[in-house]
Amino acid sequence: MKRLTPGTILAALAFAALLGADFYAPRLINPYVYQILWLCGINVILASSLNLVNGFTGQFSIGHAGFMALGGYVSAAIAVFAGHALGGVPAWLFLVSLLSGGLVAALAGLLVGLPSLRLRGDYLAIVTLGFGEIIRTLILNVDAVGGARGFTDIPILRLLLSGASEPTPSLSIVSCTAFLSVLIIYRMIHSPRGRAFVAVREDEVAAEALGIDTTRTKVTAFVVGAFFAGLAGGLFAHTTGYLNPSSFQFMKSIEIMVMVVLGGMGSLTGSVLAAVLLTVLPEALRAAQGYRMVLYSALLIVLMLARPQGMFGSTELRLPWARKGPGKP
Amino acid sequence: MDAHLQTFIQQLLNGVVWGSIYALIALGYTMVYGILRLINFAHGDVYMFGAFMGYYAARLFHVDQRPGVMGTILVFACSMAAAGLLGFLIERGAYRELRKGSRTVAYMIIGTAIFAAFNGAALHLAGGAAVLFGAAGFVAGGIGGVFLERNKRHAPSTSRLTALITAIGVSLLMENGGLLVFGADPKFFPQILPSRELNLGGIMVNSSLLIVLGVALFLMFALRFLVMHTRAGKAMRAVSFNRDAASLMGIPTDHIISLTFVGGSMLAAAAGILVGLANPKIDPLMGIMPGLKAFVAAVLGGIGNIPGAVLGGLIMGISETLVVAYVSSTYRDAIAFALLILILLVRPAGLLGTHVAEKV
Amino acid sequence: MIFSREFRVRTVAASILVATLGVMALAGCQGGGKAVLKVGEYGSMTGGQANFGISTHEGIQQAVDEQNAAGGIAGIPVEVTKYDDQSKAEEAQTAVQKLVNQDGVISVLGEVASSNSLAGGPVCQRAGVPMISPSSTNERVTKVGDFIFRVCFIDPFQGNVMAKFARENLKLSNVAILKDLKSDYSVGLTDVFAKSFAAAGGKIAVIQTFSKDDQDFRAQLTSIKATNPDGIFIPAYYTEVGLIARQAREQGITAPLFGTDGWESSKLTEIGGKALDGCYFSTHQSMDNPDPLVQNFVKGYEAKWGKKPDALAALGYDSAKLLMSCLTELAKQDPEGFKALQGNATPVNRDARKAAQKKLRDLIAATKDFAGVTGKISLDADRNAVKSAVVLKIKDSAFSFATSIQP
Repeated sequence: MKRLTPGTILAALAFAALLGADFYAPRLINPYVYQILWLCGINVILASSLNLVNGFTGQFSIGHAGFMALGGYVSAAIAVFAGHALGGVPAWLFLVSLLSGGLVAALAGLLVGLPSLRLRGDYLAIVTLGFGEIIRTLILNVDAVGGARGFTDIPILRLLLSGASEPTPSLSIVSCTAFLSVLIIYRMIHSPRGRAFVAVREDEVAAEALGIDTTRTKVTAFVVGAFFAGLAGGLFAHTTGYLNPSSFQFMKSIEIMVMVVLGGMGSLTGSVLAAVLLTVLPEALRAAQGYRMVLYSALLIVLMLARPQGMFGSTELRLPWARKGPGKP
Repeated sequence: MDAHLQTFIQQLLNGVVWGSIYALIALGYTMVYGILRLINFAHGDVYMFGAFMGYYAARLFHVDQRPGVMGTILVFACSMAAAGLLGFLIERGAYRELRKGSRTVAYMIIGTAIFAAFNGAALHLAGGAAVLFGAAGFVAGGIGGVFLERNKRHAPSTSRLTALITAIGVSLLMENGGLLVFGADPKFFPQILPSRELNLGGIMVNSSLLIVLGVALFLMFALRFLVMHTRAGKAMRAVSFNRDAASLMGIPTDHIISLTFVGGSMLAAAAGILVGLANPKIDPLMGIMPGLKAFVAAVLGGIGNIPGAVLGGLIMGISETLVVAYVSSTYRDAIAFALLILILLVRPAGLLGTHVAEKV
Repeated sequence: MIFSREFRVRTVAASILVATLGVMALAGCQGGGKAVLKVGEYGSMTGGQANFGISTHEGIQQAVDEQNAAGGIAGIPVEVTKYDDQSKAEEAQTAVQKLVNQDGVISVLGEVASSNSLAGGPVCQRAGVPMISPSSTNERVTKVGDFIFRVCFIDPFQGNVMAKFARENLKLSNVAILKDLKSDYSVGLTDVFAKSFAAAGGKIAVIQTFSKDDQDFRAQLTSIKATNPDGIFIPAYYTEVGLIARQAREQGITAPLFGTDGWESSKLTEIGGKALDGCYFSTHQSMDNPDPLVQNFVKGYEAKWGKKPDALAALGYDSAKLLMSCLTELAKQDPEGFKALQGNATPVNRDARKAAQKKLRDLIAATKDFAGVTGKISLDADRNAVKSAVVLKIKDSAFSFATSIQP
């Protein structure tokens, strides 16, 4: 058992606060702010899982939205069709559907990860991009999940505590899943085995020479990244209650990648903060109307020019009193 | 002629024409990539910009009312010049800043934003004054930037993803700026060359398609000549091979990089006008999908390789057409991409790319 | 500290920038205390469907400006708050959340694409805010709940109209369909048309698809040509149809093309030119209709925006007109409730406001023979507009009346 450090205590407190969100959040904030908060949660999962692939393992995936779409659609389909068969959607079914969404996405991650044995850099990028487009085209043609019209009437993950009849999605579940995802990815990277990810990024040949199974490491990164993306997709489906293939276009993958680069490649805390920032920023810019996207893109360029390594580079944001972590990646 | 064969040849022709457009755009990607290892995502938007410049040039010089060869050449020249300038500005304003670790442009944009914000929030000025204030901010930001940064050295960025995100930022800026400036509605591209249908033994061809094919081929060969047989082309190849070594040999690498951007952008602008001739509808978002597919084509052919880009573009165009014709138009994109992935799995460095041996 | 001094300076600079933008945002929000009727609108102002969203907005804005110029509703001006959803479903949902829960609008107008209306609709339904979609044609949109209305046809109606027209008036027997795979509008109409046309004894030769961003349809058209159809049904928007027509003629296809209300725009013939001669499309109303209501709209629109209105603008105009006429009625019937709807929502008037919105909903639901630019609108029990369709023929870049079909 590890020593109880201030960091651990703080993390536990934060987790407790997130778990209680369903209790206090709907009383304090209006549904609009509420929605932005859970969107932040979902984006945090997406950004940190992509950081594992692109930032820590140094691969080049631009098809993350494809995994998200797959997870979202699988999870929604299970909840809808099994829900019909059961005459309702019990809590355990959500767990099953979310996890299967993640697992199917992970399987797809394995499929995409395997070519990464042969391909590098931009060639790998094309494969992931192609995969994302293939998934989307397939979904467009499945009428059972709505095709171009979109998948409607997806059961919503209800509030945990208040038992309200209103179908308000649960912020607690989203935020706690986000918290746990980041924690799991963090522990993975900082585990002795997990150092292999960074080794592969820094120098594949040297890593191989050290006895690291680089193939396995890369595929692991893809599978784990895809799993969390699928999970995020499932949460997205069960919070918006509606899915449309156009939500998972190539630009969505790019948006997630922007979060990773802005936060800093190889900085999980950076990814978390960037995900939140880039979810809130477009909302803050809403008043600018037609100029909003122009401002957004100009800001993106400025941020990249002024701070090319992202907000945090490859360092993690640490609390001043926290114990020094196991070294910088 | 057999009806099936006739249809097949017709489809093949459709594919070759559209593939040559992909090829022209792919050339720009591949040239820039070869020299900078940068995926210039804004390239598809340069293609859009070229089409719009052609549109305005044609209206300005009334070529739309008096279609003709001289007018068309004029439109091509104007549009290619404008797009070349844009390519130069993009390289100078964004990618070179990133490469050198300079911050001046960042300050310029911030300056513009702050002045525009003041203008918008407090002064409620009319349109002309807003532009004036924006320009003032731009200059002030630039001067401020130079002043603040005069004694500083920033480490130049080497991350390729950073460059990629910058490129995406430029691309988004152009698309959304285009929506504001050109308007979201599609525009009719004036028919600057008289066109007519030709019947070649049962195969129907519009003369504009043959012009597309001809001009595309001409430009590809012109580029090939430029790269293989001129001093600038030699320098380009040297920079692409090893930038530092080229620099040590006295090659002005920055100029060569600018030249590459200008050249690639001009090709994209030509592709934009050619598309306007064959499919006369242009809109500010028209560059997204062709840009993406041309990029895929460039990678397929072996990115950085000029004949590869042409080959990749043609394969992309023909395979899309044949999939629609003989497999399923519904699954076109999926099948086309699956095909590409398969090709890449067999030849991991693209069709004509050479596998770089890893240095140990 | 892990941050360099330089980074801190930059952080401060960035904060100032963000704060400036924040002040701008706040400045834009102020003045909510005065008596206005706040109406929300969400649509695509950027992204792939921006031209549709902008057209719709121009129609809505024109209706509102006309109303305000005539003294507003019972002396209270109407104010439109518009948000861009970037043509994305999840953005549409967030935009509606902001309109409904942050800005406290009385009612929401939008969207064009059914997929976006399906994402935004549930938010309005949950909050009890009436939403009128100008041009979402998919059946499912109003099934979201009893607060969701529309002023356009639904896919089944228009699909049937065109199937009937093709079979009976054009006497076609072998029709090919070219649909946009990425558009719910196109896919929905294709399904209905194919069924209905087959039921009427016709044959569907082939269904080919394209994607919204395509510029080259030659491969699909060559394949269609090989099946020798006597007509091609293209349920799509004017943005693509013009090019499709050109390329079809270029390939030597002479069969007539026919389509639906997405065709109606002056851009259609501008891009398609002669290729469209002899083609037909169904729509709501001929803009040449001498009815002063239609002519005033066309003239007003041209004067205000400097271009000819398309079907989307007319539908946007009608949706706003319908809402404002119901508000006028509410002001007459229930002055207290109408008062609660003015200005911003406060904790004090919350319940009164909710009740008034419910009354407004009932008034909209009771709409009967509302004289709109796009025809006489009556809302049925499913909150769908019931109105007649007209079929227009294209000749020399002009639309002329061909026939009218009653529901």
